[in-house]
Amino acid sequence: MSESLLAALLALLVVPALLAIHAGDLLLATLTLGGYGFAMALTWAALGAVDVAFTEAVVGAGATTVLMLAALLRTTRRRSPLPGRLRWAALLVVGTVGLALGAVTAALPPWGDPDTPAAVHVSPRYLTSAVAETATPNVVTAVLADYRSYDTLIETVVIVTAGLGCWLLLGPRSR
Amino acid sequence: MSGGGLGILPYWAAIALLMIGLYTTVAHRNLMKKLIGMTVFQTAIILFFLLLSVKRRATLPILAGPPDAAAYMNPLPHALMLTAIVVMVATTGVALAILVRVHARYDSIEEDVIAARVATEHPDGPAGP
Repeated sequence: MSESLLAALLALLVVPALLAIHAGDLLLATLTLGGYGFAMALTWAALGAVDVAFTEAVVGAGATTVLMLAALLRTTRRRSPLPGRLRWAALLVVGTVGLALGAVTAALPPWGDPDTPAAVHVSPRYLTSAVAETATPNVVTAVLADYRSYDTLIETVVIVTAGLGCWLLLGPRSR
Repeated sequence: MSGGGLGILPYWAAIALLMIGLYTTVAHRNLMKKLIGMTVFQTAIILFFLLLSVKRRATLPILAGPPDAAAYMNPLPHALMLTAIVVMVATTGVALAILVRVHARYDSIEEDVIAARVATEHPDGPAGP
């Protein structure tokens, strides 16, 4: 994975994101958002986060697009044009926050630096002990299903709660 | 996996996507567009965390040899962001369910139209069923 390819992928991500927010037709916007999700999954795979890329491609880009299409079928795909007053207020907010974030980024270590606190503080413990403690060569799986298994278990509670919420909102007793 | 020559530019890509998402949630009155902006915002946060996991001259965090920490990238952002994606889909699902209910009640997913209908139905304020 070359750096220039990654830089190109990161720059290209902006295109489907802008198309998705600019599209006047909500069906087109939703499908473009699906394309953005797949481009994002590709970028994450290029970054080496293969587990996250698989999950994004399946549930992020795939399932979210299907859910949004289902919601559009029951609502409408038309939208009214953007009022100019709101647009300038939003640009002001976005400009301020963007400049603040950009200024803070200058204090971050160069991207890919192996001597940052994130790379040397806790994570070597997992990388050196995972096989001995969990017999799992994939350290992401070891962290997710072993070291942080309660987190993953309670995450299913989040899913059940979300499903319950959808059922209460849309189910047969909701009217 | 190489890295390092790009400086802090990759983080700016994540910030650009964050700002596109933020702009959409603030500027658009269409609730579906706000949701699309929220999705862009969330994936940009995940991109930022994954950028932090990269180490120069390190490969995927799948051990294939002696456990040398410098040879493999940081697995913790990957594990945490897997959880974030699943929560993202769950919140989007609930938001879409609310969107469908709002449309069934007010026949619109435009914020200003809904606000006008609420104002005519409840002249004393938006309270009530």
